[in-house]
Amino acid sequence: MPIQYYIFLSVALFSIGVMGVLMRRNAIIIFMCIELMLNAVNLLMVAFSKMYGDSAAQVFVFFIMVVAAAEVAVGLAIIVMMYRNVHSVDINILNRLKN
Amino acid sequence: MTIQEILFWVLSAVALLCGLGVIFSRNPINSVLFLITTFFAISGHYILMNAQFLAIVNIIVYAGAIMVLFLFVIMLMNLNGDVEPQKSRLLQFAGVLSGGMLFLVILAALKQVNVTQESVLVATDIGLIRNLGQKLFTDFVVPFELSSILFLSAMVGAVLIGKKH
Repeated sequence: MPIQYYIFLSVALFSIGVMGVLMRRNAIIIFMCIELMLNAVNLLMVAFSKMYGDSAAQVFVFFIMVVAAAEVAVGLAIIVMMYRNVHSVDINILNRLKN
Repeated sequence: MTIQEILFWVLSAVALLCGLGVIFSRNPINSVLFLITTFFAISGHYILMNAQFLAIVNIIVYAGAIMVLFLFVIMLMNLNGDVEPQKSRLLQFAGVLSGGMLFLVILAALKQVNVTQESVLVATDIGLIRNLGQKLFTDFVVPFELSSILFLSAMVGAVLIGKKH
């Protein structure tokens, strides 16, 4: 496969993630779209690592997954906490951090 | 068409369609299921590129752990399509338009790049567990240990935030 196809696919997936962040109001869906964007980057990095025959990029993909897992744990805890306080995951309500 | 090309196109179509399903389905549960399918398609791409370790880790960590966490949270909050907050049509259209513009801009920028090596189908075994493990425990052992501290602090933070007080 030419590398251009992988670039095309990754950019498309990344743009879908950006679209989702911009057009949804549910905080959990926005979070999921961020995961989608991270995965698009991971895919492109693996493709480049394959192209150059260097395994460092795959180790970095592994670290991206580690950081994403930690991020999801903390982020979902924050969302659950906010849901407990305001009984909604709507970001238009969540944007008032005071009170 | 070789079997690899067919697999590439099928997996790409699945990934893109399910990615669109994530952002366009009203019910959050459906979004989660679409996202799991997308992750499986991406794992298929990893296998196609002979990155077996990452394929397995992607399935275990993303499709297994993270998405189950999302499902649990959504079920805990009892979210469904009826209570789903929606942006106005105009804002949704603006979001799709800006995402599409970003896609076009990045593609136009990347068209100028001359990639020296044409193909990614060079037969290598860098993605195998043995090679990646050796790399991880020799060159990248300090970041590896640091990530364990990051995990520990994230765990403590999540428990601390989620605790009732």
